[in-house]
Amino acid sequence: VTFTAPHIDYAGISPVIALTAGICAVIVGGVLSDRHQRVVVSALSLTTLAAAAGLCIWQWGQREDLVAGALRLDELGLAGALIAIFAAAYVIPLSWREPAAERPGEEPRHTEFQALLLSSVLGMVLLALAQNLIVLFVALELLSVPLYVLCGSAVRRTQSLESGLKYLIVGSLGSATLLYGLAFIYGGSGSTDFTTIRDAVGSGLTDDPLVLMGIALAATGLAFKISIAPFHQWTPDVYQGAPTPVTAFMAVATKAAAFCVFVRFFEVALGPAADNWQPALAVLAAVSIAVGNIGALGQSSLKRLLGYSGIAQAGYMLVGLVAASQLGINALVFYLAAYALMNLAAFSVIVVRERESGYGDEIEAFQGLGRDRPALAWPLTISMLALAGLPATAGFMGKLYLIEAAVDGDYTWLGVAIAIGTMISLAYYLRVVAAVWMRPAAVPLAPADTSVPAMAGGSPEADEEPPTDGGADSALAPRGTRCVVILASAALAAGATVFFGILPSPLVDWAANAGQALAPFIS
Amino acid sequence: LIQVMLWLPLAAGLACFVVPRRGVSILATMGSLAVLGLAIAVVAGFHTGEPGLQQTVNESWIPDLGVRYQLGVDGISLFLILLTAILWAGATVFSAFRMPDRARVYFFMLGLAETATLGAFLAQDLLLFVLFFDLMLVPFWFLIGTFGGENRVPATTKMIVYTLVGSLLMLVAAIATAILASDQVGHLSFSLADLRTHTLGTGSQYWIFCFFAAAFLIKMPAVLVHGWMPDAYRAAPLPVLALLSGVLSKVGAYGFLRVVLPLYPQATVHFQELILVIGVAGILYGSVMAFTQTDVRLIAGYSSIAQLGFITIGIFSLRADGADGAVLQMVNHGLVVAGIFLIVALLAERARSEDLARLGGLAMRAPVLAAIFLVITLANLAMPGSANFIGEFYILIGVFQAKIVYAFVAGIGVVLAAFYAIRLFQRTMHNRKPAGIESREIGVRDALVVAPLAACIVALALYPGLILGRSDTAVKDKIAATAPQPTASASKDASGRSAGWTGYAPLGTP
Repeated sequence: VTFTAPHIDYAGISPVIALTAGICAVIVGGVLSDRHQRVVVSALSLTTLAAAAGLCIWQWGQREDLVAGALRLDELGLAGALIAIFAAAYVIPLSWREPAAERPGEEPRHTEFQALLLSSVLGMVLLALAQNLIVLFVALELLSVPLYVLCGSAVRRTQSLESGLKYLIVGSLGSATLLYGLAFIYGGSGSTDFTTIRDAVGSGLTDDPLVLMGIALAATGLAFKISIAPFHQWTPDVYQGAPTPVTAFMAVATKAAAFCVFVRFFEVALGPAADNWQPALAVLAAVSIAVGNIGALGQSSLKRLLGYSGIAQAGYMLVGLVAASQLGINALVFYLAAYALMNLAAFSVIVVRERESGYGDEIEAFQGLGRDRPALAWPLTISMLALAGLPATAGFMGKLYLIEAAVDGDYTWLGVAIAIGTMISLAYYLRVVAAVWMRPAAVPLAPADTSVPAMAGGSPEADEEPPTDGGADSALAPRGTRCVVILASAALAAGATVFFGILPSPLVDWAANAGQALAPFIS
Repeated sequence: LIQVMLWLPLAAGLACFVVPRRGVSILATMGSLAVLGLAIAVVAGFHTGEPGLQQTVNESWIPDLGVRYQLGVDGISLFLILLTAILWAGATVFSAFRMPDRARVYFFMLGLAETATLGAFLAQDLLLFVLFFDLMLVPFWFLIGTFGGENRVPATTKMIVYTLVGSLLMLVAAIATAILASDQVGHLSFSLADLRTHTLGTGSQYWIFCFFAAAFLIKMPAVLVHGWMPDAYRAAPLPVLALLSGVLSKVGAYGFLRVVLPLYPQATVHFQELILVIGVAGILYGSVMAFTQTDVRLIAGYSSIAQLGFITIGIFSLRADGADGAVLQMVNHGLVVAGIFLIVALLAERARSEDLARLGGLAMRAPVLAAIFLVITLANLAMPGSANFIGEFYILIGVFQAKIVYAFVAGIGVVLAAFYAIRLFQRTMHNRKPAGIESREIGVRDALVVAPLAACIVALALYPGLILGRSDTAVKDKIAATAPQPTASASKDASGRSAGWTGYAPLGTP
């Protein structure tokens, strides 16, 4: 048997190569002393991400199969990859002052943190481009495993460890379910390649029980990843427990990449069976909208609240997939980009307030912000109003786009469901804005309490040692003098949210361009 | 010109963030007065007698979604724009003399609100209208929640949830309209002109009408869906309340004329009686409640419900007379109610109370204030000779022509208006002066705001043709959309028959 290596278009996979090289360089950066590490490593990571983003933009407009059809280079995949890369670049400054990255010797440092982050991004890029069941699964694991570690990276906080463990267990269950489903689909269709599966399913397998079982299980597995109800139980806990920059990255980038592959898998490979999965996904979307919005009502922690809101938003986005039309995919891509901007703005404000106030991510921490810290109050306000879908923000345009897709695809009731979900969501988004502008600041502004003893892996001596360095002095630093980069990036994200709410055309065109990639597969 | 007018308030509001603290109120005042000047210029440049739009702007905005940036003025929106500009100038100046804490945010929100309101009146694209309609809420939510009185946060949240329930349903309905019509138009378009020439089938018109009606009725507020009104009125700062009651409530009525009548004519005829019942119920309920309340704000608030009931039945008489009267009455009521709220603010400053039982005798040393208030009161109760009288008269003529029973019941409302309006005036201005109330003359600064409002009321009373003459052609154009429908559709579906089936003369029969 002779093995012929497949033809490889190196230009096509250049973003992947750039990211891989960047990960190696960042790991090597770990040899540097603690003082230089942050600067050098961050510069390396940001350069890597910039290079990858640049290469993605360079490849924009190419449409070809890469590496014997394992990957598919097209605008949809690149759009997902760009969102993931942007989110990663955004959270690196957020992580600079995280206690988890600040304590040399005891806890993961910048090198580990950023190397894991980049690995996860690599997984996302591969996932967004995946056109093969095997690649899909491997990329999903490459995405997830670093995230499990990152969630638990604040090893002195019990909640962080809990969230890492919880995410690991639930995520593994999701992966196993997905794998099981993929096996069924392979068994039914006899191929792992999306286009071949499409042909097989199209020629009389639409009602094949094996394939249907596979579809159900695969949908379940992917629903775990993008936290669609009723597979969402991990979301609030993990969002709350994980270090906030990780939460921000996880919320935004995972959704983007996973939705890209969700769309590609269902529209391309399973497109002929659309009549079977559309109603099921429609129900999932409706349930997710209901559960997410109702669950968020009673939350007092902003991160948990955003976790539930993420479930609801995932439900909205799923509507775009359910519509199974060009308009639907465009709407989905548009919403993913808008969602990234809105959420990143909110999370960067949370990062700052977590360090300044003693309330962590409780809503009390944001009271009176409108008077004291307008630079923080405005991004958070814009982000909340955008998530609530009020006009003149990208969130409104996204909802408009999705509802249009739903009505166009004869799912008017889902459009109404989005509207009703939005009404419920106002109650909790506005609660946050009301706290920011209409309530007096919560007293007292205690310094951030970082003295929670370590749990797993920590020695008893370390537990008893009151940590006085790191966290304490960063919390006592005078207000407003630090976090300039974070403030600037929050303003950027919020500004972009408003800009695309008033002049959405560039983003709409971009999304439509990305959605065009699947045009041949959509009836 | 209208572009500048539309965006100037927002620009002035944004500029408030960069100028030094002392310049904020001056800048905001200049901005609102400049908008007023532009609005007057628009009115002056209006060509009477043309039914179509004037000063149109039509730019591509989001081509993929079929949304265009279309603006225009016609006889209906013309004076509502002027009303908006007048009241905003009044409220801004009034607030500027009382420099609120956090003035920058306050004036920014006022500017944003003015832009949104003008946008709703100018928009000629259905989606643009919905967008501005929703956008109006945000600044008002902030203004009430941040600068209001007791219980402001629950009150304002209740208001925004109520109103957004309506407007989100409206968003779905608007999108559904465009998508369902896109088969006929040939492409996705939200343009009102396109949608108007291709109306939908009756089945979809019915549910879409219900969604739109819900949004507009909640906004007005009409009876049954007025639950947000008392709390919000109690909590709002008074200049903001003048705007809320004076202008925002008109957007709902305006929406009926602009969107519902032309786009969903069959459904309008089908639901005519239902809306008339709601309108008449609003007149009676509002009048009776206004008569029993002791909180001055709520008296004015419930009287607004009654007045908006009149406007609603005027529009839904589906006669040109009734709708003409409704347009006139919208402007009248806006001026009157804003005047009342500003005067209430002055009373509250003198008496430190807004409870009718604790007010009284204020006229003793303040004849000018009392005189201005008297003018406004007489206009409010539609004294013959006032423009409100003419407005209500036209409305009643329209309703008499269409459904005579409702006209009789609505006539009672005119009488009741006299009760609550005079009671309000008498209890505050006359009677014995309780201890702790100082009867102080109106200051020059406040007179600068309130007196022009009263002057506008008097001017309109002398020459209501100013509005009627300009709005008539546009109103007829809108009403005409519903008129021929019963005969045209009688053969196709039941809606035409149902209008006749009620026992009244079917509409549109010559």
